Amino acid sequence: MELNKLEKTLHDRFFERLTTRISSSFLDIECSTADLIEVSAMLFNEQACAFAGMIIEEEDVSWSLRYMFYNDHGMIQVMIAASHDQTEFPSISAHVHASDWHERAAEDLFGLSFSGHPRLGEFILHEQWPEGTNPMRRGFDARAPFSHWESRPDWEPPRVFDSPGAFSMPIGPIYSGIAESVHFQLETIGEEIVRVIPRLFYKYRAVEKLAQGRSVGEALLLAERFNGTSSFAHAFSFCQAVEKIAEVEIPQRARRLRAFLAELERLRHHVAALQGICSSTGLAVAASQAGILEEEMLRLSGVFAGHRYLFGLATPGGLTRDFTDEECRNVAGTASSIAQRLNKLERLLTRSSSFLDRLERVGIVTKDDALRYGLVGPIARASGSGRDLRTFLPYGGYEELLLSPVQEEEGDGYARLRVLFSEARESSRLLNDIAADLPSGDVCVPVEMRAGWALGWTEAPRGAAFHWVRIDDAGNVAEWRIIPPSFVNWHGFHLAAEGFAFQDFPIILATFGLSAAENDR
Amino acid sequence: MSQWVFAGLKAGIVTTPYPRREDHAHGITPGRPRGGVVASPEEIASHCPVGALAATGEGITVDRGRCIHCPACRADIPWEETYEWATVPPEAKEAEVERPFRRSLHVLVVDAGDCGACLSEVGQLNNPYYNMHRLGFFITPTPRKADLLLLVGPMTEHMKLAVEKAYAAMPTPKRVMAVGTCAASGGIFGSSFVAGHGANEVGSVDVVVPGCPPPPLAILHGLLLVAGRAQEVVER
Repeated sequence: MELNKLEKTLHDRFFERLTTRISSSFLDIECSTADLIEVSAMLFNEQACAFAGMIIEEEDVSWSLRYMFYNDHGMIQVMIAASHDQTEFPSISAHVHASDWHERAAEDLFGLSFSGHPRLGEFILHEQWPEGTNPMRRGFDARAPFSHWESRPDWEPPRVFDSPGAFSMPIGPIYSGIAESVHFQLETIGEEIVRVIPRLFYKYRAVEKLAQGRSVGEALLLAERFNGTSSFAHAFSFCQAVEKIAEVEIPQRARRLRAFLAELERLRHHVAALQGICSSTGLAVAASQAGILEEEMLRLSGVFAGHRYLFGLATPGGLTRDFTDEECRNVAGTASSIAQRLNKLERLLTRSSSFLDRLERVGIVTKDDALRYGLVGPIARASGSGRDLRTFLPYGGYEELLLSPVQEEEGDGYARLRVLFSEARESSRLLNDIAADLPSGDVCVPVEMRAGWALGWTEAPRGAAFHWVRIDDAGNVAEWRIIPPSFVNWHGFHLAAEGFAFQDFPIILATFGLSAAENDR
Repeated sequence: MSQWVFAGLKAGIVTTPYPRREDHAHGITPGRPRGGVVASPEEIASHCPVGALAATGEGITVDRGRCIHCPACRADIPWEETYEWATVPPEAKEAEVERPFRRSLHVLVVDAGDCGACLSEVGQLNNPYYNMHRLGFFITPTPRKADLLLLVGPMTEHMKLAVEKAYAAMPTPKRVMAVGTCAASGGIFGSSFVAGHGANEVGSVDVVVPGCPPPPLAILHGLLLVAGRAQEVVER
């Protein structure tokens, strides 16, 4: 629904209790704490707006809580303000289930409590931290070593499922093989997994806190290095937020080249994700073939951009370097040949019944669940709820590009595999489209920082990546919030694994292709 | 299933000639700044966002433990397209006389908070381009069978206990290898209230492979150093 119509609908229901403002595809709603639940529920459930996340700011005498929603016409911000001594707010998670983990994170990081939330406590900071440790609070010194560490060897994770013969199987954080540190507690009565309780944030590095008071350039280093496997997308998103604050238009050539690099990264990421799926099923030749393609994508990025993971390219105002049109065409050509070899791999895989048996009708996420949890990226698109920010809320260089949406309906591992293959093809096509028609001109304009805040977003390889930035009067980063796609999708991961057998677990995990580094930030 | 046999054979052999010969393929390394004599070293060093460059008289030195080869100095000082980056810290040089792992080395890879890029580069060692099995290097699922603890990441507070337990469970003789700038020094994340200053928090580090991330051949060079089958490349 268009934002002005939405504004009218809201006023019809809430009359003068809401203050609303619209400016260039941004609807700002100020409401009272009492109306918060009803307004959010209406946006999420009746108006089918997606929930982007929750942004909390501590000020000297007050709190401001921004609940970010979006639809295909723009962003919708529901904001409540409260005095600083108020630490309890209503939980919207009963109506907006997607906000569940956001509220848990806020409880840990800010020490706010959300009444009505079923499970607050111990989330980002594990059980060893004393109560009342809230690192995002203003007085907390992030660079000082924290001395109140208490190790509790007798600690046991809470169990949810209680039945005769039931037991709990812990996995991680250290695995066999080469894997990120995540812990799962799998509750089971034998073969079938009944409950999955992921324990994340083993890799919490508090990048949002570390950036406070630092220059934009220093924060950018953190933005591109907190998650190396989709580094460019996050740097891109961060830069867009900064550019909105500074009100600079970046040159047309830089816009196109950013989209070009983002697609190059997406293609590499998807090839790596496919490699992960092949090796999780134990299909050695397929894993090797995909591994060859992955290394070739890394080398292609290395030759083209000087870095195999595209670090150090995005900068506020554009890009740190230019590329010749010929270089871009060569990259697009190589990407096409890699896409062709991916097609061949897909053909071989779809003819291997032993492989398909492990994926088909395994790890199902229904469309309703995907919407309720607000899942994003290829995982959501495999469950029939495709909100691809590149077409949904086009940004950066994507306004002028033609994308054909990828969508599958089944929501199983095979649907996720097909989405990855289709998106990889689409990325290679986009690379060729962009390279064939590159505008000339500069790739960077100077950026003069000013105070303000803005939200930037990109469709990262794993889904929507939001960066909310506030710049202070000195031009430094005052506040920064990252809402990464992995945080959203880990929340829904248990849906896919519950009800399936133990031996399916690693495969379901691989078809989700989530990153702990991106989530843990 | 025969289709896979043909698909595998048709792909041929792509494996790197390293360590028998140098690998000159393009895109195998991001390159890194080289120290040496430059004009106005103080000014160049002051532009380094992580403080890895230091001016020494008329030249510049690079602190490998901090450099994340962000391209800030790329236009000002020469960069080298090398990959044999692994080094043995001075403390470890004195301690080590025996080289018990010449023929095979079992590696436990532990992620202590990395961004995913180092881990991805370690993962490439298993793909046909690098294929570390041919050199007798194996990833092992359990610390009980591990000779080497390969650590990535700045050592986050939450991973410390797990890493300490894994290290304690390894039989002696055992080695520790720090892969990546974060594991070498804490990188841009450490040290803080949740991140430490790298792999040396768990035990003495025997080999450091700096880089953000170090390319697969640099990690392979590190493994060869642990096994006593390669030499450090001394920076001039």
